[in-house]
Amino acid sequence: MSMYNEKVIQAFMSPKNVGAMENPDGVGEVGNPRCGDVMKIYLRVRDDRIEDIRFETFGCAAAIATSSTATEMVKGRTIEEALKLTNRDVAEALGGLPPEKIHCSLLAEEGIRAAIEDYRRRRQGLPPLPPRHDAVCHHEIPETGEETRE
Amino acid sequence: MRRIYMDHSATTCVDPSVLQKMLPFFSEKYGNPNSVHAWGREVRTAIDEARASVARLLNAEPREILFTGGGSEADNLAIKGVAESLSGKGRHVITSAIEHHAVLDTVKWLGKAGFDVTVLPVDSEGRVRVEDFRAAIRPDTILATVMYANNEVGTVQPIRELGEICREKGILFHTDAVQAAGHLPLDVRDLPVDLLTMAAHKMYGPKGVGALYVRKGVRIAPLVHGGGQEFGLRSGTENTAGIVGFGAAAELAARRIANGEIDKERRLRDRLIDGVLSRIEDVLLTGHRTERLPFHASFCIRYIEGEAMLLRLDFAGIGASSGSACTSGSLEPSYVLLAMGLDHATAHGSLRLTLGKDTTEEDIDTILETLPPIVGNLRAMSPFKKNA
Repeated sequence: MSMYNEKVIQAFMSPKNVGAMENPDGVGEVGNPRCGDVMKIYLRVRDDRIEDIRFETFGCAAAIATSSTATEMVKGRTIEEALKLTNRDVAEALGGLPPEKIHCSLLAEEGIRAAIEDYRRRRQGLPPLPPRHDAVCHHEIPETGEETRE
Repeated sequence: MRRIYMDHSATTCVDPSVLQKMLPFFSEKYGNPNSVHAWGREVRTAIDEARASVARLLNAEPREILFTGGGSEADNLAIKGVAESLSGKGRHVITSAIEHHAVLDTVKWLGKAGFDVTVLPVDSEGRVRVEDFRAAIRPDTILATVMYANNEVGTVQPIRELGEICREKGILFHTDAVQAAGHLPLDVRDLPVDLLTMAAHKMYGPKGVGALYVRKGVRIAPLVHGGGQEFGLRSGTENTAGIVGFGAAAELAARRIANGEIDKERRLRDRLIDGVLSRIEDVLLTGHRTERLPFHASFCIRYIEGEAMLLRLDFAGIGASSGSACTSGSLEPSYVLLAMGLDHATAHGSLRLTLGKDTTEEDIDTILETLPPIVGNLRAMSPFKKNA
């Protein structure tokens, strides 16, 4: 099993912004149950700003910790600001993740982007974005430059 | 906080009585058992006694027990040793899909070395079907290897039936009994197996020492050549403290079996299984309900992932294990659970709790109080629970 730092453990043991949301303005669902992680992000947007955000995650401790941290990082931000959040930002905010868990932070970034995309589609009167359960898992250990183990 | 270790399939603690017997062999009894002088003879006697103790656990003769550097080495020696010895007679080997990697990867290696390999499927409870086994045997089959009991799901295989078929067909039969030895009564005079693997650390002995039972008259080739120790089949100066510890652990195991302590363990296991199944919804027991190791309980808890569960349990003082991808460090969840027909998402929620000789009813009740809120909490985070 991976060795997690204190921040990751803290976020995993006491995650923020957990649970479904009634009548959200945008929903994004990414990941693949085959690979053992699925993340669903709910947004409430007021005046182009993320007023509230919730997540539901099926996954390991890193997936839950990154879900919590990513939602905290974009809550209160504008849509444009939220779109700038990268998996690296999330991993850094958590003080680093074991290399084999980097894909979990990628899922958080993708989940928020998918929820924003869904929000924009709804504003344009388009049907909601369907859940995106990737056929391929991104459980690859990053080759270089992504080493964040402390 | 009381800490409860529930991972005895992974390893057990060395029993204090075993440790006491080992300690002199790290200090004053340091002789090489192959030496002629008193220092050596004293250690040789201790190794002979340990061999006799391990043999008694199986009702084998001491000459039929070889000490190795662990269960994996014993599996390798059995499989490669027979393949090398009998390659002139045939080049087909049979195994099952749920073997430990020490067997599965060894057999696959033989496959690359020019042998034909048949990997038998298992049913939903993890058992090899006897008719599949019989049908797989060919004129050039030399060896079948099927584990006595599975480490992940606890299922005990129909070893007697499989062994009898091997006898009838004239092929050698190996069983990896690492999980079963010391926990179930095994009698090789009665059981039709030719080779059987054991590991000391699964029965309150030390790590790094195993044994292979080789029935008298069965010829195998060594993996390690050299000074000719262990009847020429495992060269290298003996791990004397480890072997003495294995002997003591085998005596302890024989006493526990004779005293009916296994039945006590089985009752606690059933209390745990029944408790988990009745207190948590959408849980399935993995493996066979009755034909399973007496200390082994394993489940798949739907809609949540195993590693998250293990960490939450760990912080509550309970040591468990899982076959989820995140705990195995691979892309896939447990190949054992997949071979039993479980879907990936369910297999990611696997949880194994394995009892030990010191596990109490109070421990079980603590687990039954601790686990449901952890599952409930993780399910509250899961996007899947409402679609149930």
